[in-house]
Amino acid sequence: MQPAIRNADFKTLERFDAAGEFQTSLCFQCRKCTAGCPVTFAMDLYPDQVVRLVQLGQRQQVLESRTIWVCSSCETCTTRCPNGVHIAELMDGLKELAIQRGIASRQPQIQALHETFVADVKRRGRIFEGMLLPMYWLRSGSVKQMLETGSWRDEMQMGLSMFRKGRLPLFPKGIKGKSEIRTILERSNLQE
Amino acid sequence: MKVSYYPGCSLEGTARDYSDSIHEVCAFLGIELEEVPDWNCCGATAAHSINHRASIELAGRNLKLASSLPSRDLLVPCPLCFNRLKTAAKKLQNQGKEHYRVQIDGTVPQIWDLANFMATDAVLEKIVAKLKAPLEELRVVCYYGCMASRPPLLTDATDCENPQSMDRILQSLGVKVLAWPYKTDCCGASLALSRPDMVHQMVGKLYDMAQRVGARAVVVSCQMCQANLDLYQEKIEAVMGRSFSLPIIYFTELIGLACGLPGAKASMARHFVDPLPLLRELKLVA
Repeated sequence: MQPAIRNADFKTLERFDAAGEFQTSLCFQCRKCTAGCPVTFAMDLYPDQVVRLVQLGQRQQVLESRTIWVCSSCETCTTRCPNGVHIAELMDGLKELAIQRGIASRQPQIQALHETFVADVKRRGRIFEGMLLPMYWLRSGSVKQMLETGSWRDEMQMGLSMFRKGRLPLFPKGIKGKSEIRTILERSNLQE
Repeated sequence: MKVSYYPGCSLEGTARDYSDSIHEVCAFLGIELEEVPDWNCCGATAAHSINHRASIELAGRNLKLASSLPSRDLLVPCPLCFNRLKTAAKKLQNQGKEHYRVQIDGTVPQIWDLANFMATDAVLEKIVAKLKAPLEELRVVCYYGCMASRPPLLTDATDCENPQSMDRILQSLGVKVLAWPYKTDCCGASLALSRPDMVHQMVGKLYDMAQRVGARAVVVSCQMCQANLDLYQEKIEAVMGRSFSLPIIYFTELIGLACGLPGAKASMARHFVDPLPLLRELKLVA
């Protein structure tokens, strides 16, 4: 697919690139990132296209893409880039920028999982795996779908099996430094 | 030998088996683990995906706490925690550190991926000296996943396209370690919850290759890889219409087994794909 180029916004993305040290301007489109990416099958833009579109100031297109969310952060692209472009980190930066701009995620369940996880860290300082999944179902609105498709039975079965194997914690552990954690999570990064 | 230890959240939960195995093996080898006091979650994929600054500061708080411990070595069994701690150590000790609100004054200890630590000559010698029953006949592939080695700029890995730590350890246990091309391919990690369909495809590819090279089990050092390959194996087999029956075993469990430690069997019994029938067939357990 050849993405259409229109309404270039160099200002936002340049400022963002400088703040994140992503070095997108160094890309010469060898496409090694895309060649080694394990999740291109689920992407609407290839990693090299995301980098190119950032160079071309196509803010809306990259922020609205599915690609930035389905990236699994495996870091193969960053590792193999011959020019030191931090591609996986760029994907993170774009997710953060999309949230700040209030742009609806093309993969709302993935965003919901990240947010559920961070909210749980904020609550206790550590993740309580016993409640993470139910909280995620609530936040992502997948409860209704689970009831309709009957997949809740599989989930219950999985939970029960994990419990039987001693792999599901029943009680959360908190830390003493909860207030420090709250301060850390209060304000986000790229805003200013 | 006393070293600092950062377990991470999942070793207190879904990866209790890994945690038990690590503690048993380390105690046996005379490696005393001192847990970082009041450690917090490293933030994992979620934090670095949506809040960069917090992801550095969350991991940074742990480094600060670890700096106050006497040991200059910090052992981290979870590769994602390892990766986040390494990233924070780089960010908080180099140019641009003033951008973050957590500052480290002391010296950050050397941060070790557990498998890399166990593969050092000093530890390997201890293992070999205490070996009871070599695990000959066991044919496996080592699956390292992503986070212990990539990106090398942050992890300082020297062999990120072809890591050797588990290969070295298992070979010294007598295990037949097979070559395969997917040592460091991604399992999909947390997408298992939000996009299970993607993980089915990614993990299915791994099973297929492991089976094709003749492996009877996959050995891992990452509890996320273990979960994705173990918990959903039945489901993925159904999706693919194929059967694999591949036990997903932690490398520490095999160290325990080869050294005749009682906990190895109990730990493996908690996996979804039970390794014990295979080990019985090969006469490696009674």
